[in-house]
Amino acid sequence: MLNEKIICAGFGGQGVMLMGQLISYAGMLEGKEVSWLPSYGPEMRGGTANCSVMVSERPIGSPVISDDATTAIIMNLPSLDKFEVDVATGGNIIINSSLIERKTKRDDLKAYYVPANDIAVELGNARVANMIMLGAYLELTKVVSVESVMTALKKIFGESKAHLMKINEDALAKGSESIKAQ
Amino acid sequence: MAKVLMKGNEAIGAAAIKAGCRYFFGYPITPQNELPEYMSREMPKVGGVFLQAESEIAAINMVYGAAGAGARVMTSSSSPGIALKQEGITYIAGAELPCVIVNIVRGGPGLGGIQPSQSDYNQVTRGGGNGDYKLLVYAPANLQEMVDLMQEAFDAADFYRNPVMMVGDGMIGQMMEPIEFKDSVSRFDLPEKDWATTGTKGQRKPNIINSLALDPAELEKHNHKLQKKYDAMKENEVRYETYNMENAEVVIVAYGTTSRIVRNAINDLKEQSINVGLIRPITLWPFPEKAFDEVPAACKSLLSVEMSMGQMVDDIKIASNGRWPVSFYGRVGGMIPTPEAVMGKVKELIGGEK
Repeated sequence: MLNEKIICAGFGGQGVMLMGQLISYAGMLEGKEVSWLPSYGPEMRGGTANCSVMVSERPIGSPVISDDATTAIIMNLPSLDKFEVDVATGGNIIINSSLIERKTKRDDLKAYYVPANDIAVELGNARVANMIMLGAYLELTKVVSVESVMTALKKIFGESKAHLMKINEDALAKGSESIKAQ
Repeated sequence: MAKVLMKGNEAIGAAAIKAGCRYFFGYPITPQNELPEYMSREMPKVGGVFLQAESEIAAINMVYGAAGAGARVMTSSSSPGIALKQEGITYIAGAELPCVIVNIVRGGPGLGGIQPSQSDYNQVTRGGGNGDYKLLVYAPANLQEMVDLMQEAFDAADFYRNPVMMVGDGMIGQMMEPIEFKDSVSRFDLPEKDWATTGTKGQRKPNIINSLALDPAELEKHNHKLQKKYDAMKENEVRYETYNMENAEVVIVAYGTTSRIVRNAINDLKEQSINVGLIRPITLWPFPEKAFDEVPAACKSLLSVEMSMGQMVDDIKIASNGRWPVSFYGRVGGMIPTPEAVMGKVKELIGGEK
């Protein structure tokens, strides 16, 4: 039974909160139970940011992930140091290998390395690295469909950012390709 | 209406506006800032007033003024800010005015921290201000419930002419969940606010809003009148939920965020053939004493699980009236209890693993 517990983590500005919101929003659109819980605190610009997302078929009890994440999407090194311990045995860890040089220390996880920033630069916009990681996650777990994520993104972006839909969709596809190649 | 994904603090704002709130006075404090931010953006769109006051004390006194003029009015803050508002709250209760106060609780005492906590239990149920007064206090466990209760909160405030408090914590304020804004019909028959100071236009005697009564006999009479109102709230406004009570060896009492964690623990314990019940107060005051009649006689212990140091234990002892032992497990300071720790405490109470 579907009971996904996802940690999205990186530094402020990498779009980790948006990544989590898109998974939640898409899950809601597909009629699943969802929750999104951000870290909040006295952080400075460039400081760490993370959110916990749940997508489930049952009503969600606690929205808190302690050490039972099914997937961690990790955008920078401090986040890897902090959150790799919180993934349950057998879970997934998707690591942004453009910014993180080391491998995970865990040998009981399925680890995937995605050079998200490099791919984003190739696409022509460094800011879509989060969408590449998200594309990788969706390919891996199929928790929600790419179509639902795009519908959610359209609602969040609104008219003023409609011109950015295409590159975001391309980024999701590139992320997916990167997993298929592993 | 279709479901929307919203942050708790923003959902409170949206629900308040939908419930007819047109005046909001506040002062910033984490973790509730998205609420005044939302109000500053959305209030003008419905012809309402958003005002950021110079302090919490100013904000609550603006609420006092607007309520006296018959407006649907709200303020919000977090723990130390609510402490500052207490003088205004007791004046508003004394003057019998309706308003809604939102408290998104953070760790204390003092300035404390900014992470989720429930350590304002005594402050909200005992009244942090002076005198014999009570607030009707709602403590929803999820965003849908909070949104559903908002209309109720404004209606009950108007009906009883009394401040109503909506208690969340940092987690409820910050998290996002799908919400459906439903059209609800008020269960209250709300009379005209003929007591409000709206101007006499030379047609009637002036209405006076006041909490000062220097004549002891008058003040005693006023207190008895207030008490009758609180008795009516105890009779009619108690709300709670019970879960898995049949054959429960232990019954946990928990509200708000904590009740969600406890529910996870109860479901996991069930898979290990350990039956644990839940009493979830939705109103913290009046406390749901009736709910304890559902506790099985053979229950080994009641267990209060809180994000505070046992502040709710007194009310559980009063409600259980010596029928079962009362134990406590809590985390404080912004630390959040884990289902595993709750399960561990339950196993300790029933004498180990099965």
